[in-house]
Amino acid sequence: MSEALKELGAHIEAKRPDCVLGWDVAYGELNVDVVPASIPAFVEFLKTDATCKFSSLVDITGVDYPTRPKRFDVVYHLLSMYQNQRIRLRVSIREDEIVPSIIDVHPSANWFERETFDMFGILFSGHPDLRRILTDYGFRGYPLRKDFPTTGYTEVRYDEVEKRVVYEPVSLVAEYRQFDFMSPWEGAEYILPGDEKEGAK
Amino acid sequence: MDGSKFDDGSTDALSGEQQIRNFNINFGPQHPAAHGVLRLVLELDGEIVERCDPHIGLLHRGTEKLMESRTYLQNLPYFDRLDYVAPMNQEHAWCLAIEKLTGVEVPRRASLIRVLYSEIGRVLNHLLNVTTQAMDVGALTPPLWGFEEREKLCIFYERACGARFHAAYFRPGGVHQDLPPELLDDIETWAHAFPKVLDDIDALLSENRIFKQRNVDIGVVNEEEIQQWGFSGVMVRGSGLAWDLRRAQPYECYDEFDFQIPVGKNGDCYDRYLVRMEEMRQSTSIILQAIEKLRMPENQGDVLARGKLTPPKRRDMKTSMESLIHHFKLYTEGFHVPAGEVYAAVEAPKGEFGVYLVADGTNKPYRAKLRAPGYLHLQAIDHVAKGHQLADVAAIIGTLDIVFGEVDR
Repeated sequence: MSEALKELGAHIEAKRPDCVLGWDVAYGELNVDVVPASIPAFVEFLKTDATCKFSSLVDITGVDYPTRPKRFDVVYHLLSMYQNQRIRLRVSIREDEIVPSIIDVHPSANWFERETFDMFGILFSGHPDLRRILTDYGFRGYPLRKDFPTTGYTEVRYDEVEKRVVYEPVSLVAEYRQFDFMSPWEGAEYILPGDEKEGAK
Repeated sequence: MDGSKFDDGSTDALSGEQQIRNFNINFGPQHPAAHGVLRLVLELDGEIVERCDPHIGLLHRGTEKLMESRTYLQNLPYFDRLDYVAPMNQEHAWCLAIEKLTGVEVPRRASLIRVLYSEIGRVLNHLLNVTTQAMDVGALTPPLWGFEEREKLCIFYERACGARFHAAYFRPGGVHQDLPPELLDDIETWAHAFPKVLDDIDALLSENRIFKQRNVDIGVVNEEEIQQWGFSGVMVRGSGLAWDLRRAQPYECYDEFDFQIPVGKNGDCYDRYLVRMEEMRQSTSIILQAIEKLRMPENQGDVLARGKLTPPKRRDMKTSMESLIHHFKLYTEGFHVPAGEVYAAVEAPKGEFGVYLVADGTNKPYRAKLRAPGYLHLQAIDHVAKGHQLADVAAIIGTLDIVFGEVDR
C-alpha cells in the first residue's frame, strides 16, 4: 500500500517539480506540500493525469497555527474512484495571503471554500460567491481561529419588550470551565506552589 | 397566427400585471419536506425552478470548535449528534481515526460487533429515508410501517448501550460493553422477519403509479456529475458505479463478509430508492452473518483492547492500585494521541463520512474536520433541481438523503 503511494508521490514530483515543495507518506496516506499560487493547475493535473485520476474532491479545510509565520494550512483531500487512492494536499499561507480558488476544476469546492472563509477568514480569489455559510446572518469574526473564544462574543435572547430576538455581549454566569487535567509532574506550564525558588521546570 | 395578435395586426398593450417576472419563494426552514432546518430560496419561472440557493447553518452548533477544547473520549458523543438517524456509523469514523494514529488493534469480537451495529444503523437510516421520501411525494402509510421497525432497532441500540440514539457505544479500542446472548437471539429473530416487512413496503411503493410518476426520471445524475460534485454513497451507486468503501477500501472486517453492492441504471430518484431497498436486504444478510460469527467459540473474548486507551476491568480496579489510577487518569486527563494527521472514512448510510484529525500529542485534538456526505449532496441541489418543477424539489431533497445534524455540524 505505502509502496504504491511512494511511487505515486515520486511520479507526481517528477511531473510537476515546480508545484511540489515536498511530499511524504505517513500513516498510509500521501501528503504533498504545494505552492499556493499553483494549486488550481496542480489539482487540474491530478485530475487529468492517467496514473493519478483524482477526479473527486473529498474535502477542503483549514488548520490554524498561530505561532507560525505562515499561519494557516489549507488542506485538500482528493479521491480517485478509478485508481482507488487518496491524496492530501497542504498549502501554507500567511494571514494576509489569498489562495486561488479551484472551483473551475471542481465545482464542489464552492461550499468548502465558503466554509473555510467563514471559519478561518481565508480568502479565495476567483470564487464567484464568497459569502458566509454556516454562521449566522451578520456574524463577525472567524470561529475556528485559535484566538476566537469558544463562547463567542455575542449571545441572543428573545426580548419580551421589544418583541424580537436581541443580540447582547456574552455574559457568563459561571466562568467557562477549562479544566487542566495535565499531570503537574509532566506537562505543566505553571510553577507548582512551593517550587517558586526552583523556577519553572 | 399564434393568437398573440389581433386580425388587424395590432397587439394588446401589456399592463403592469401582465409583465412576467420570475417569482422568488422561501422553502423552509420549517417545511416538513425540508427534512430539518433547510431554507431554500427558489427562483421560479411559473412552476419551473430556475435557481435554488440553499441557506444552511441554522443548526450549526460549532462541533469542530467545541471538540478542540475537549478530550478525545469526551468528543465521541458529539458524533451521535451529527447524523442522528444512524448515530453509531459516525462514531466509527472517529474511533478509526484515533486507532490509526495510536496503532491500536481492535479485538476480533469488538470488530464484529461494530460491523453488526453499523449495519443496523444503515437499516435505521434507509428505513427513515425511503419512507419519509415516500411521504414527501404523497404516501402516508410507509412511514408508519417503517417507524415500527425503526422502533425495534432502537430497542436493540438501547439494549446494547442504554441509549436509543445517542449511543456512545463504539470506543477507541473496541466497543463499550459486550452483547448479552439473548440480544443476539432477538436481533436474529428480527433479521429473519424483516425481509417480509421490506416486501410489504416494496409492494406499497415500487410499482405504485403515483410514486413512479413522482420519482422516475427526476433528479438524474450521471457519472461526470458524480465526480464534479463529489458525490458518494447511494448517490453514486444509483447511477451505476459500484463504489462502496466497504468493498473498495475495506475497514474493520468487512472483507470477510459476503454481500452484494446494488447499483442503479438511470441515476434518478427512483433508482436511488431501489438501491436503498436492496441495501437494506444486504445489510440484513450481513447482520445474520455477523451474529453467526459472534456465536463462534473462537470469537469470544474481550471487546476492548486493554491498554492506555481503554479503562481497566472492574475486577482489577478492586485489587490493583495501578488500575485504579489508570481509570481515574483516563476519565479526567484522557489518553494522549501521538502527533500527526490522518483522514479516516467510513461508508456511512448517506455516503462517505470522514474525519480529518490533526493531533499535536496532547489529550485534545488540535483540529478535527468532519466531512459529511450530505454537505456535498445538498450543495449540488441547485444543479440537480434546475429545470424541474417545484414539487420535484421535495422528491429530490428526499433522495439526496440530507440530515441537518451533519450538514450544519
